Amino acid sequence: MKKILLLLCVSLNCLAAEPTSVRQAELRHLLKNDCGACHGLTLHGGMGPALLPETLKGKPDEFLVSTILNGRKGTPMPPWKPFMNADDAHWLVNILRQGPQ
Amino acid sequence: MKNRLPLLLGLLLTFNANAELRATGDLGIIIEREAGSALIIDTTEHKQLSRIDKLGDLSHASVVFSRDQRFAYIFGRDGGLSKIDLLQDKLDKRIVQAGNSIGGAISQDGTLIAVSNYTPGGVKIFSADTLELVADIPAEYADGKLSKVVGLVDAPDQRFVFSLFDAGEIWTVDMSTPKKPKIEKFKNVGKFPYDGLITSDGRFYIAGLFGESGLSLLDLWEPEKGIKRILPDYVKPDEQLPVYKMPHLEGWAVADDYIFVPAIGKNEVLVIDKQSWKLVKAIPVAGQPVFVMARPDGRQVWVNFATPENNKLQVIDVKGLNLQSTLTPGHAVLHMEFTPRGENVWVAVRDDDQVLVYDTHTLKEIAHLPAQKPNGVFFTSRANKIGF
Repeated sequence: MKKILLLLCVSLNCLAAEPTSVRQAELRHLLKNDCGACHGLTLHGGMGPALLPETLKGKPDEFLVSTILNGRKGTPMPPWKPFMNADDAHWLVNILRQGPQ
Repeated sequence: MKNRLPLLLGLLLTFNANAELRATGDLGIIIEREAGSALIIDTTEHKQLSRIDKLGDLSHASVVFSRDQRFAYIFGRDGGLSKIDLLQDKLDKRIVQAGNSIGGAISQDGTLIAVSNYTPGGVKIFSADTLELVADIPAEYADGKLSKVVGLVDAPDQRFVFSLFDAGEIWTVDMSTPKKPKIEKFKNVGKFPYDGLITSDGRFYIAGLFGESGLSLLDLWEPEKGIKRILPDYVKPDEQLPVYKMPHLEGWAVADDYIFVPAIGKNEVLVIDKQSWKLVKAIPVAGQPVFVMARPDGRQVWVNFATPENNKLQVIDVKGLNLQSTLTPGHAVLHMEFTPRGENVWVAVRDDDQVLVYDTHTLKEIAHLPAQKPNGVFFTSRANKIGF
């Protein structure tokens, strides 16, 4: 019973985490244009650092998600939580780790 | 018929020659940010003349013009520097001079092009004719670190002025002897200067600060007096609203007796008295201003915004220092440029893939041109203005 419950929790969690395809398109647009304004359209950096797989290596997911949602005080990185939730931010981090399509 | 043939041929040639002549004063460039291309346009006919492809990463791009208005120099995000021939519709020369670049300037005499680089942090100066390297100025500050360079402008007496974002410094470089640049450094000007402008008389350089309240002013007539802080207590960093796009400062901030600048982290345009450098008024606007641009005659100031208000454009009446109008050109209003005497303004609307032309008197849209994800719009009239 416990195992089934655990399995349910994990699978429900996974289901909850994936944004809809409409939302994914919105997030890609945001990544390209709004993140891209400082990090570059190709994510090679600008005012902000590069967001390529090699630059994000070694940085934990939670750290990156928190940076996206809450910004970094004392730097130009603003909090994006008015525009997205934690699931969206997790999805973005995964996209960034995969690199350019 | 034989006798008339030479005459006919002569007439044909004349018509042909007239049809091919193009002047430079009403030309411009529209940057297509994703395609990495630039459109050459005509502001009299409101039409596209040609497209120049393969200009690298233009997701952020800035443009200056040669003193004869024939060439446009495009500074690309990827460190590309492209010299475009506006009369022959072609790329004349292109170099990649750094890893990441934000903008540039042309010298007073038109012989030098300076580029402000993020990576490696510094300024590189090239021959405007050949794009050969003339000088390399690393923006080195404490502990051998290199700072991103922003706010690069030309100044009288063959100088360039720029700010060091990470270092909080303003430098001037005298290029009168190109092989021996003379650098003067002003330190501790304020935290994170994010851009700079020079007034149209080439006298005052003003850097906006991101990390502290206010702006930093350098009087180039009296540099020995150092940097003056303007509006030191206006918005403290911990009072700031989030800034989703960095504002830009340029010489078109000046109108009447005032300088109009974007507030940082506050939805306001700040009106500063050009004599006293005191705040005259803070005009509430729709969002975080990005570009605050005066019409050439100075009677209006037009403002666009960072996300999420980037579908709006607002017009300030300079006589009353109040909001005159709010326009909704479309989705993602990224940039605008006035025609030389200001009768029209061209507005880049990225997500609608078009550039709109407004009559600035009636505020009505009078033309539009298709453009692929347009961002910057730049006209050749910049060629004869200090600071552009």
